[in-house]
Amino acid sequence: MSGPDEGGRRAVGEKRWLWPSLAAPGVIWLVLLFLVPLYAVLAVAMGAPDPIFGGALPAWNPLAWDPSEFGTILGEIFGGQLGFVFLRTLIYVAVATFLSLLIGYPVAYYVSRHAGRWRVPLLLLIIAPFWINYLMRMLAWVNLLSTDGYVNQVLMFVGILDAPREWLVGKHSTVILGLVYGYVPFLILPLFAALDRIDPRVIEAARDLGASPARAFFAVTLPLSSQGILAGCVIVMLPMFGDYYTATLLSGSPKTNMVGKLIEQDILSGAGSGRGAALTVVLMMFVGILMTYYLYSVARASREARS
Amino acid sequence: MSATVNKSAEVRRGPSRLKVWWSNPWGKPRFLVLFTIAYILWSLVPVAIAVQFGFNAGRSRSAWQGFSLRWYFQDPNLSVLHDPSLRAALVQSLQLAALTMLIATPLGVALAIGLARWTGWGARPANFLMLFPLVTPEIVMGVALFLVFVHLFGFVRLGTMAQVLGHVTFTVSYVVIVVRGRLFSVGREYEEAAMDLGASRWQALRTVLLPMLAPAIWASLMVAFAISIDDFVISAFLMGDASSTTIPVKLYSAARLAPSPALNALASILLFASMLAIAIAILVMRRSRKKEGAEGSAVEDFARLDL
Repeated sequence: MSGPDEGGRRAVGEKRWLWPSLAAPGVIWLVLLFLVPLYAVLAVAMGAPDPIFGGALPAWNPLAWDPSEFGTILGEIFGGQLGFVFLRTLIYVAVATFLSLLIGYPVAYYVSRHAGRWRVPLLLLIIAPFWINYLMRMLAWVNLLSTDGYVNQVLMFVGILDAPREWLVGKHSTVILGLVYGYVPFLILPLFAALDRIDPRVIEAARDLGASPARAFFAVTLPLSSQGILAGCVIVMLPMFGDYYTATLLSGSPKTNMVGKLIEQDILSGAGSGRGAALTVVLMMFVGILMTYYLYSVARASREARS
Repeated sequence: MSATVNKSAEVRRGPSRLKVWWSNPWGKPRFLVLFTIAYILWSLVPVAIAVQFGFNAGRSRSAWQGFSLRWYFQDPNLSVLHDPSLRAALVQSLQLAALTMLIATPLGVALAIGLARWTGWGARPANFLMLFPLVTPEIVMGVALFLVFVHLFGFVRLGTMAQVLGHVTFTVSYVVIVVRGRLFSVGREYEEAAMDLGASRWQALRTVLLPMLAPAIWASLMVAFAISIDDFVISAFLMGDASSTTIPVKLYSAARLAPSPALNALASILLFASMLAIAIAILVMRRSRKKEGAEGSAVEDFARLDL
């Protein structure tokens, strides 16, 4: 950052307001359409139910907040049906993130360190799914996994299955496959960036000093890429916690509902928007640590890039 | 396979080729090559198959019956061109993406410049505010915007207008990220040189900095278009009624209930549109790199942006 020298030379007659006024429209936009809406969620969650229409009456004044909706929801989380949905969401996200890491790390490692002249083409192929619509990618699996789809055809041809299997009805494994398939690309790029930053000479030094390839990897490469692993996991976990469409498309059964699905149903049905808003707040608190970590790491990265 | 036979033979021969191969840090990591290729096939082949069935001559999405453009425009009732609901989704998506791109880009470019140069007390919170939408799960933003339009900004009707406002809100930050990368690499020297030669701050901005930012501005236009056209959650929460259904929303509602190859065709059009936008973005960045004789590749730059 260029702090002190800024004012020195051109302080006289300077238009100091130019930079803040360039930022102003964007900042005002984000205040009105990002911060105020977030507050609206809280106001609706803390509001009283509308006695006539059954919807929600938002309580804009914090003094009028009525936390009864939260009480109901917390009661249902600890010792009710809602607890299962939260637990299921947590398990799906944990398993899918772990599998994504297992798949993503070797790919990122190879492309960043060993791909040679194939580096750019491979990178292009790895970026591609990023820009293919998520729902289209799920649609692709709906086609493949349908009763007469390619997956069943192949498995029956090879002899693994005798009869077609119903992949798309309430199967946990299918939903997790969908989550992994959907979010791996988002994990690979931060891993790639982290691995790419490692100076190859450090690894060579470890090898020269007698470390086996495995030892060099576990003692040097892996710790040096831990920031990337953490960032990548957070990047995929945040949207996964709010995901509701993957399970809807690939399973469509209440048995595989995630928290997001309940929020969608409550909000869009209109009647339960107070409950939906309260669930959203609970979800935000649930992922709050992840969001804070990510926010600070992005802010730090941007400060570093700036200086 | 012969590889396993070789392996066991090598192991028997003592300090063998296998060991040499394993301990050679500059050798080719064969497992990683295979793994990466398998990953790329796994990530792209399902989508390719889905695109292929958009061109199927028959009604099936699992048995290939020959190539045709029937589902794109030839079929008088069921093709994307002639089915009113599919065509409306296509038009809505393109319209939203175009409007979003045109509003979010100027807003984001100004915000990026302002945030990069402004060093006053408000710069840090403004920077955090800009990063916040990037880390917020989309469902939270969807719920928040829905509730604020229903309960507070009553003059914004759900539908196209609400969708545009929502899309711009989460796209602005991406525009800032794209432009900011370029801003940091340009530095402030050129502007300062212009000002030393007598230009005002505003003139330096307009005649020196903006032309230098041009490639990034073009790239961010394209990125904004691609991000908007790909969005599902915000569009779904803010659509109001069926008339503002976008392609991803249509995919969500019809993938399980009313699947037909026309849906695959619609999804493929979406894919072509966002691929085209991203290809243009990468090409623009590549051209500007070439002109300046920079090292590395535009694809790598793009991957590092980590959108």
